[in-house]
Amino acid sequence: MKVTIEKSAFVKALGHVQSVVERRNTIPILANVLLQADGGALTLTATDLDIEVSEAAPADVARSGATTASALTLYEIVRKLPDGAQVRLELSQDDHRLAVAAGRSEFSLAVLPDEDFPTLSTDEMAVRFSMPTADLRHLLAKARFAMSQEETRYYLNGVYLHPVEGGDGGVYRAAATDGHRLARIDADLPAGASEAPGVIVPRKAVLELGRLLDDADETVDVAVSTSKIRFGFGAGHLTSKLVDGTFPDYERVIPKDNPNRLDVDAGDFAKAVDRVATVSADRTRSVKLALDRDRLRLTVNNPEAGSALEELSVDFTGDPLEIGFNARYLLDVAAQIDGDAMTMRLADPSSPTVMIDEADPRALYVLMPLRV
Amino acid sequence: MIDSEGKIFVCLDCRRTTPAPAGPCVACGGRRIESAPELFELAIAHVDCDAFYAAVEKRDNPALEDLPVIVGGGQRGVVTTACYVARTFGVRSAMPMFKALAACPHAVVIRPNFEKYAEASGAVKDILLHATPLVEPVSIDEAFLDLSGTERVHGMPPASVLARLQREVKSTVGVTISVGLSGNKFLAKLASDLDKPDGFAVIPMSEAPARLASLPIARVWGVGAATEQKLASIGIRTIGDAQRADPDGLVRRFGAYGRRLYDLAWGRDARKVSPERDTKSVSAETTFRTDISALADLQARLRELCDDVSRRMKAKGLEGAVVVVKLKNAAFEIRSKRKTLERPSNLAGTLHETAHPLLAALHRPGESYRLVGVGYAALGPVEPAAQGDLFSSGGDLTLSRAAALARQEAAIAAIRLKFGDGAIGLGGAKGRGSPATRPGKDEE
Repeated sequence: MKVTIEKSAFVKALGHVQSVVERRNTIPILANVLLQADGGALTLTATDLDIEVSEAAPADVARSGATTASALTLYEIVRKLPDGAQVRLELSQDDHRLAVAAGRSEFSLAVLPDEDFPTLSTDEMAVRFSMPTADLRHLLAKARFAMSQEETRYYLNGVYLHPVEGGDGGVYRAAATDGHRLARIDADLPAGASEAPGVIVPRKAVLELGRLLDDADETVDVAVSTSKIRFGFGAGHLTSKLVDGTFPDYERVIPKDNPNRLDVDAGDFAKAVDRVATVSADRTRSVKLALDRDRLRLTVNNPEAGSALEELSVDFTGDPLEIGFNARYLLDVAAQIDGDAMTMRLADPSSPTVMIDEADPRALYVLMPLRV
Repeated sequence: MIDSEGKIFVCLDCRRTTPAPAGPCVACGGRRIESAPELFELAIAHVDCDAFYAAVEKRDNPALEDLPVIVGGGQRGVVTTACYVARTFGVRSAMPMFKALAACPHAVVIRPNFEKYAEASGAVKDILLHATPLVEPVSIDEAFLDLSGTERVHGMPPASVLARLQREVKSTVGVTISVGLSGNKFLAKLASDLDKPDGFAVIPMSEAPARLASLPIARVWGVGAATEQKLASIGIRTIGDAQRADPDGLVRRFGAYGRRLYDLAWGRDARKVSPERDTKSVSAETTFRTDISALADLQARLRELCDDVSRRMKAKGLEGAVVVVKLKNAAFEIRSKRKTLERPSNLAGTLHETAHPLLAALHRPGESYRLVGVGYAALGPVEPAAQGDLFSSGGDLTLSRAAALARQEAAIAAIRLKFGDGAIGLGGAKGRGSPATRPGKDEE
């Protein structure tokens, strides 16, 4: 293998793939990135056995070939090279070392044979469709805050993607919940997606996708089976195993007719919550909302640190109500609201509250109160 | 009192300062007179109870006074504490019991009674608190004191206050303590070891480098067997060797600790005496009768320890945000792992579920272990506010695991309250055979 590649192209592709590598590995080759030089491209691949990220970068291939080298080391080296540098990679004749050279810098890296590098098979991806990158990014970005990290509820450790028929041609829907809050985000149903199985995309893949989609082309090719999902974006792809579990029937916990309605400026609300939460107890971050007519009183009462009160002018229709929430959960939802106006639909202090972004009717959030 | 050279003297028999630089103490006639420059300026003390467990036993049974007493035993059979009489026969702490009894066949062996020792320890601490609120307990039988700024309150300098404390502990608790006085924790701790038992030793800051130089490097805080070996390999065997070493070289070899080692070698230690705070962790551990190497056998011991920790946490109304597991191998090396919980808990089930994989990660095939411990750390009071769960009415599948466990453990606690501890337990709660020693309890 002998190849020359421009630094910025190399560092971008490396940056995309290397973050999937687990920092602590018991299997040495999983710390490595697979380098494959062929045609006019250098293809880089990294995996943690659950997720595989691959990306091709244009390169001048003098001699095709493949090897693997430490992803982190290579990334750190290339990152530190001067901009515009031409990076020369050459695998030694005995296949024992990878020479990395640019300008006057020369490195010689240990390698492991490329044939030992594990790949995720992508056979029998029964359903394939394309969707706008912006839609997929929207689905994942808005839903991911609600994913659970609780390992015992592993089936909540991801975003549930599934087609929903009906209405105006159906929707492709993302749902995520940790049992305390829930996000349900819709996008147009892409052609061919109606046959797709409902799948739980694991947390790490969702977070990796968030970065990859920022640099992706306009459309993403999605291929789904019952055990894997693959997202292709032009020069690269991410393949992930799916969470093997059943996502709960979340629709039944979304209240359909909460009688009380609060309309509030999302930005003002978030800032007020953030301010009063300064004195809340670190662990539950409890904030109380007292609603009456056109007034919202936010209070925090923490015997150890003190208390706080802030009033907001709001539109409230319904019976006077006091309800407690974890401030962090309120702020997490408020951060998803793109428009100015946020609507909360409340029932009582122990029932779920629905939060809606008036500027994005296809996003809905549910929050379980704190019983204070 | 200050002599013409500015030196101060204290009588080591009656603890009074004496005006006479030579000759016996004018107060008691004692001849052991300690003098030290800075004596009345030094304010950091280390107090160490002498052969504490044995001393408490002797206090409670005067017939033992002159007999060699060894506290320890059980099938594991190591010496926990040997009294000073036993020590003259060569008995040492942590020595296997059979060796101790070979050296001192007529020794009286007493099984430890930790509750009694904890009570005596509390009584000692109460007296120490008379001197200063800045008392930092290090273990059941030692503590650091910071007496800075107490001179006006007491009307006497720290050295005299400590001498009084020493008398008071002896007369009211009935055990003796050794006091080390210096300008920082490291030197105070070294000092308390210089004149045991019932001793009072001072290391003036100005003399520290010279007094330290001849001591073996292992006396420096943080130098264990491994570090000692590494230091020996670069020719550092005494603290003096470290004083002469190149500090940058030490940093290159040992990182931040290298710098610290160099400072300590010169008697510099900036650590503050921090008084006891709220309980920071609650843990339980057990030492095995015989070393265990199989992971499954270790895991079988976990449940009981988790139950113990959880019961104490609930009794104190505490929740912990971090789970800690530790393992001690046959070579006495301790390794631990911790994991932060998504939400603080005090449940036995959560502790067990979290600790299980941590233990698996700590376990190394082929290694054998003598102790396993588990506990909650990063504690706080149980929050009265309860976060509701969206799926809590949806049956077991979607019921929050923590909510389910909380219900289960509350039900078990209610049954135990009514019918006794043995009435109900979880399947698999007991390990194979019961632990050799009572599960140790640790609250920091």
